[in-house]
Amino acid sequence: MSSWPTIRLVAAREVRVRLASRATRIGTALLVAAVVALIVVISLISGGGSADKVAFTQETSALAQPLQASAEALGEDVETSTVPDAAAGEQQMRDGKLDALVTGTAEQPRVVVEEELDDTLRAVLTGVVRQQALDRQVQALGGDPAQVNREVASVRLEVTALEPRDAESDERLVIGIIVGILIYIALLTFGQTVAQGVVEEKTSRVVELLLATIRPWQLMAGKVLGIGLVGLGQLILLIAAGVITGAATGELTLPASVAAGTVAWAIAWYLMGYFLYALLFAAAGALVSRQEDVGSATMPLMMLIIVPYVIGISVLPSDPDNQLVAVLSLIPLFAPTLMPIREAMGEAAAWELVLATGLTLATAALLVRATGRVYVNAVLRTGARVRLREALQRG
Amino acid sequence: MRIALGVLEADAGEVRWDGRPLDFEARRRVGYMPEERGLYPRMTVADQLEYLARLHGLSPADARRSVDAWIERLGVAARRDDEVLKLSLGNQQRVQLAAALVHDPDVLILDEPFSGLDPVAVDVMSDVLREKCDSGVPVVFSSHQLDLVERLCDRIGIIREGRMVAVGTVDELRAGAPTRIEVHAPAAPDGWADALPGVTTLQHRDGRTLVELGDGTDDQQLLAAALATGLVHEFARRPPSLAELFRHAVSEETTG
Repeated sequence: MSSWPTIRLVAAREVRVRLASRATRIGTALLVAAVVALIVVISLISGGGSADKVAFTQETSALAQPLQASAEALGEDVETSTVPDAAAGEQQMRDGKLDALVTGTAEQPRVVVEEELDDTLRAVLTGVVRQQALDRQVQALGGDPAQVNREVASVRLEVTALEPRDAESDERLVIGIIVGILIYIALLTFGQTVAQGVVEEKTSRVVELLLATIRPWQLMAGKVLGIGLVGLGQLILLIAAGVITGAATGELTLPASVAAGTVAWAIAWYLMGYFLYALLFAAAGALVSRQEDVGSATMPLMMLIIVPYVIGISVLPSDPDNQLVAVLSLIPLFAPTLMPIREAMGEAAAWELVLATGLTLATAALLVRATGRVYVNAVLRTGARVRLREALQRG
Repeated sequence: MRIALGVLEADAGEVRWDGRPLDFEARRRVGYMPEERGLYPRMTVADQLEYLARLHGLSPADARRSVDAWIERLGVAARRDDEVLKLSLGNQQRVQLAAALVHDPDVLILDEPFSGLDPVAVDVMSDVLREKCDSGVPVVFSSHQLDLVERLCDRIGIIREGRMVAVGTVDELRAGAPTRIEVHAPAAPDGWADALPGVTTLQHRDGRTLVELGDGTDDQQLLAAALATGLVHEFARRPPSLAELFRHAVSEETTG
């Protein structure tokens, strides 16, 4: 049997085992819920939620049209309707169908609300009522309210920004942070899963049975590939959940090409980062024989993932073009967590992306040899922890 | 055994099968049961065996058929969907044997297959091994249960400190050992046979004497001496048990 069917069998077993595991399924469900909840919360805070529903009685219905117009000018979403009388409107409000009910007369309106009047809505309503009063005064003084309004509207405040902010920069920052967190979690979780999987085979001694049949590198490749596929599936699921929620709440307003580019880079960086770290985690796992020792063996690798990520996530939101982070994001082992954040924020230049990708792939090629040797030399040695230097020596 | 399976590097020498070095491809035709049992604790019996069968190149359908046949034969069919870690040690061992057999190997190499088995499982296991052997599949196994080895094996090798100190059939091994004769002569006094050349008394109790004859010693001379003491009820060769042969082979090397 050639290598590929063997690797595929090993990978298929990994996928089956991981998918059957409760930990994987619960973890994925929690992450999906977290992504959806995060976007919904952002959407609620930024107020881009549902329209304010305002009802008018017959007497005040003349205010409905001006309210619509001025709310629109301010970018607020207001839905207006007319109710037969105040009592009917109050009933609708108790049923939760209304945010505000305007009663009284057009000249002396009264607003009925359930608890309190939303600040924006108050400002818009006040503006409308005052405008009406002003129009009446202009008319009483013999002027033409329409002309006055035109004159007033023609006066504009000119603003010159020295460093104009990208209209989408807030959105891009949020996307960058979410992408960063997802890749960071994926690298830690699935890297650790690789190490634990290797140790599980050592502790249960099944590795001896397997290696009597298949070659060590086939076992290592199949394991890395299988777990990587599960991680990729989870990441795609999470991104899909994020994009769908973002689109449904109207929070995702980026042009489709930019969004697609960010998703593609996020997946590419996950894959590169995962394979880079999975090789290292597999080698680290091979050095120890007990699950209790996995933590200490993989600690240096965890730090390599955590430290740059923490630096990036604490610096980038306030200082997107920070030079230190820009340099760090080119270094192969740091790039997988930092580069996708910078890319999503629109801060990574094309040459930076290409350079970081090239460096990362070159490093992966070097690591395949080194980690493969450590794995082969150490995986059959049970008992005491194998020293890295011994494991690196030619077999 | 681990060297034969390529799990360990040989310090010296070569492993050959049918005159050719036992390389990676040939090793795939070997059924192996490691001494340190090795199965995925959290995989079910059937999944696990099917996986191992497929790694040896069986098609999915063949793998399933073979798994079903072997768990039936080895009496673990009822546990097919249980995780291995929930099985008793004896049942785990049956699964381990199934793992060695599931790809219908050309050679079986089993490290201590009988250790920790109850008598029923020992019978099942010896039947299977005997049957495999009769169908032309060489079975190589290591064991310290010498009565079993004596009953089952065609050829035996005794290893001491990593060296083969004796190889052969049970009879061949016996041929190399000194002849022992037990004499039942109730009236014989203590030390009656000591004067005979080439005869060593090993034991003398209740008129029964066990002696060892040196090379070329005439047993008729011993019989005559026995008859001289009075009645002789029994005069029989006592073939040494494998355990005795083992002790002999091991001690010979130590003293020599």
